[in-house]
Amino acid sequence: MSAISKACEQARAEWKPELIIEQIPYARLLGIETHNMGDELFFVLPPSKGNVGNPTLPALHGGAIGGFLELSASLHLMMTLPTQVTPKVVDISVDYVRPGRLEPLYALCTVVRQGRKLVNVSVNCWHKTRDESVATARAHFLVD
Amino acid sequence: MAVDIVLVKKLSKLMVTANKGDHFHQLGLEFTHMETGACEMRLPYSERLVGNPDTGVVHGGAITALLDTCCGMACASVLEDIGLTPTMDLRIDYMGVAEPGQDIYARADVYRSSQSVLFARGRAYTKGQEDRPVAHCIANFIRLDEEVLKNLSEQFRPFLDAVEIDE
Repeated sequence: MSAISKACEQARAEWKPELIIEQIPYARLLGIETHNMGDELFFVLPPSKGNVGNPTLPALHGGAIGGFLELSASLHLMMTLPTQVTPKVVDISVDYVRPGRLEPLYALCTVVRQGRKLVNVSVNCWHKTRDESVATARAHFLVD
Repeated sequence: MAVDIVLVKKLSKLMVTANKGDHFHQLGLEFTHMETGACEMRLPYSERLVGNPDTGVVHGGAITALLDTCCGMACASVLEDIGLTPTMDLRIDYMGVAEPGQDIYARADVYRSSQSVLFARGRAYTKGQEDRPVAHCIANFIRLDEEVLKNLSEQFRPFLDAVEIDE
C-alpha cells in the first residue's frame, strides 16, 4: 500500500485530514488546513503571501483560489469515501464572484452525486459569511 | 487599437517577477511569448507542485493558475490601454495527466472581445505533445470600465519603464 493510501486510511479512522495534507506537496505549498464543526468538514486557506496574485490590492491569485477549491474537493472525497486512490480530476468549473482578499478563506464541499466511477462535487468558499461567496466551483472526479 | 505589445510584454514580466514570494514565484511561472490576442507560458516541473505523491503528477491547481494567468494576459493584450482583466469564470477539462518531470506549457487565444467580456480559450501540454494537450480551458474575463482601466494604466506605467525585455 502506498504512503498516501495508508495516510487516507489512518486519516479516516482517526479523523485527521492533516495526515493526508502532509503527504501532498501542493497542499503544503498552498498551506491548506481543515476545521471540523459537527459533521461538517471545513477547509481553510490561511492568508499567505505565497498565494497572492495582485500585490497592490492585495488579492489572492485566481489560480490559488481555484487550486484551493479543487484540493478541498479532492480532500473531502478522500475523507468521506473509502477510496484507495487519489481522486483524479476530470473537469472543474470555477466562478469568481468576489475578489479574494488576504484573509482566511473557508470552503465547504457537497457531494452532488456519487457514482461508481465518477463523483460530482460542488464547492463554495467565502471570507466572512457563507452567503457572500468569493468563488464557487463544481468538479468531476474519477475515484475508480 | 490594442495597446503596444511591448508594454504588455513588460507588464507580464513585471507581474511574475516584481513581488518576491507571491503565487507566481511559488509556481515559477514564466511568459515565453506574447502577441496581441495570444499568450504562451511555461510552468517548470517542481516536486513542490505534486498533487499525487504516488505518481509525481502535478496538481490541477497549478495548471489552473497557469491557464488563468495565460488566458488573462492574452485578454489584457487586446485592451486599448495597459491593464488587467479580472477572471469571471473558467472551466478546465483534463484529458490526460502531465508526465512527471516534464515542464508544462500553455497557449491561450482570445477568440472574442466584446464590450463587457473577453472570451479566451487555452490549452496546456508538455513538449512534443502539443497535439495531445493535458488540459483544455475556456475562460471569460471582465472588461473594466474605461475610467477604472485608465487609473490602472496610470498606476502601471511608471513601473514599466524600468522593465527590460528581450525583443
